[in-house]
Amino acid sequence: MYEQLAHILIQAFSHALSIFANKLAPLVGVGGSVETLEKVPWDYVAYGIVFLAVLGVVFGIALAIVAARFVVKTDPRVEKVRDVLPGANCGACGFAGCMGYAEAVVGNPDVAVNLCAPGKSSVAEQVAEITGKKAEKVEPKIARVFCQGGTSLSQRKFIYTGVMDCTAAVLAAGGDKSCEYGCLGYATCMRACPFGAITMSADNLPLISKEKCTACGKCVAACPKQVIELALMSKAVVISCHSRDKGLDVKKKCQVGCIACGICVRTCPADAIKIDNNLARIDHAKCIVCGLCVRKCPTKAIHDYIPVRPKAFIDPAKCDGLDVCGKVCPVSAISGEPRSAHVVNQDTCIGCGMCEARCPRKAISMVKAASGAVDKKPAKKQEPVTV
Amino acid sequence: MNINWEHILTIFIASTLINNFVFSRYLGLCIFFGVTKRMETAVGMSFTFTAVMLIGAALNWVIYEYVMIPFHLGFLKIVIFIGVVAAFVQAADTIMKKMAPALYYKLGIYLALIVTNCIILAVPLINADEHYSLFESMALAVGSGLGFSLALIIMASIREKLELADVPKSFQGLPISFVLTGLIALAFLGFSGMITL
Repeated sequence: MYEQLAHILIQAFSHALSIFANKLAPLVGVGGSVETLEKVPWDYVAYGIVFLAVLGVVFGIALAIVAARFVVKTDPRVEKVRDVLPGANCGACGFAGCMGYAEAVVGNPDVAVNLCAPGKSSVAEQVAEITGKKAEKVEPKIARVFCQGGTSLSQRKFIYTGVMDCTAAVLAAGGDKSCEYGCLGYATCMRACPFGAITMSADNLPLISKEKCTACGKCVAACPKQVIELALMSKAVVISCHSRDKGLDVKKKCQVGCIACGICVRTCPADAIKIDNNLARIDHAKCIVCGLCVRKCPTKAIHDYIPVRPKAFIDPAKCDGLDVCGKVCPVSAISGEPRSAHVVNQDTCIGCGMCEARCPRKAISMVKAASGAVDKKPAKKQEPVTV
Repeated sequence: MNINWEHILTIFIASTLINNFVFSRYLGLCIFFGVTKRMETAVGMSFTFTAVMLIGAALNWVIYEYVMIPFHLGFLKIVIFIGVVAAFVQAADTIMKKMAPALYYKLGIYLALIVTNCIILAVPLINADEHYSLFESMALAVGSGLGFSLALIIMASIREKLELADVPKSFQGLPISFVLTGLIALAFLGFSGMITL
């Protein structure tokens, strides 16, 4: 009964179709890979149309049922957070990619909003706004290279001609550099950096751009010599050496290595430097970034990342002439009669900022040297890192 | 039901090695080059691909055998096969997201890539042209899936090593991958003629 009805309907449909199509394009034949027929089999065309229509409807309904049955409720905030995040999928937050962090920070109240290192504080604020959590100030970090011994300043054990990659070079007797703690200079970190923040200097040392570095830690993980570390950007004085060799050995291998002489330890006014295992390390919690150790280090192993230090200026109107600053100044740049305004000798001032910190009248301010002012710092043989 | 096991085994081996889709028929190259940069993605793709291929071939065989042949609709097979695979993959995608989110985040991204892949379409088309039985169709699907997985894994393991090689600048990236594919294809040529179907 139904079969007959369907058959009649199909026949009628194909008949109507043939009349219509023959008027529209009377010479239409069959082509392609289908075997040639004498006339167009209009009932097959009708079947085809009906079949495709049925298939489309069936699939549509099936997909709609599946979509309704297996709906996954997603928090719209997750999408918003993901859009705010940089999308580098660097994993610095400790989650699998930006999406993983977005889900965690929305779903778990214990996950902090400031874990995204590349995003810095602006992203943390936006994430806090979306999730309704409190943003804590993140102090920006930067990757620091703990080696200044480029090819011109350090010795080599042998000539390496293998694959130009640190991870490959380190397999050959720990690399060609005599110093086993130093940078090999085959740019593995540069290739690992997703932000293009690392370039190689002419002396084969990585230069880290302060603007581009997001402290994601990819280079730290990539370096087979652990030469790169993440450090607070504000702590701009760094002992750029990792060598735990004895002083004499360091001297033989590298001109700018830490020889653990202890001069910096005695120089440091904040008592922040300790020598441990033949290597001086700065305790950044104590460091006041005065830069005195940079000047005193005999091998120039300590690097100051502040390109031009400001100079101290004393406001004569506020100065009582208590001479606290004069006693504290490590280079004796401050002079003046007791109980009258003191003056800073601009040529000798090294911009350490200790007088500013100590002045009870807040009369001293640190001012960036005007253009043309002579930077008294001795010209370095090489600049390991641009800042 | 009379199952010719010998023929099924022949189809399986032929589709895996002798008529390997990538190295003998040069199909599916976009995914082949796309996911072989890392072993992890290559393995994930292999699993997803073989599963989709198997189920897609079975579905298409049923529709072809029981609907398209009786109604003389063979000329529609390209359209129908793509539609069936697309609908099946979309449904699988939705169901997987709900039932197995871990699996979804691992393999879900490959599903969308697979829908328009030419091997996925080629397998039901070959099944239809050769008038294979259901089991023969599934043998072809699994064999092709394994063959593709083999190609992906070989390529991924070579390309991971290639990262460290000193490739001339003009050959870096895709060009050297094509050269590699050609060399592997030469090796696969050694299988030809072993079995004639």
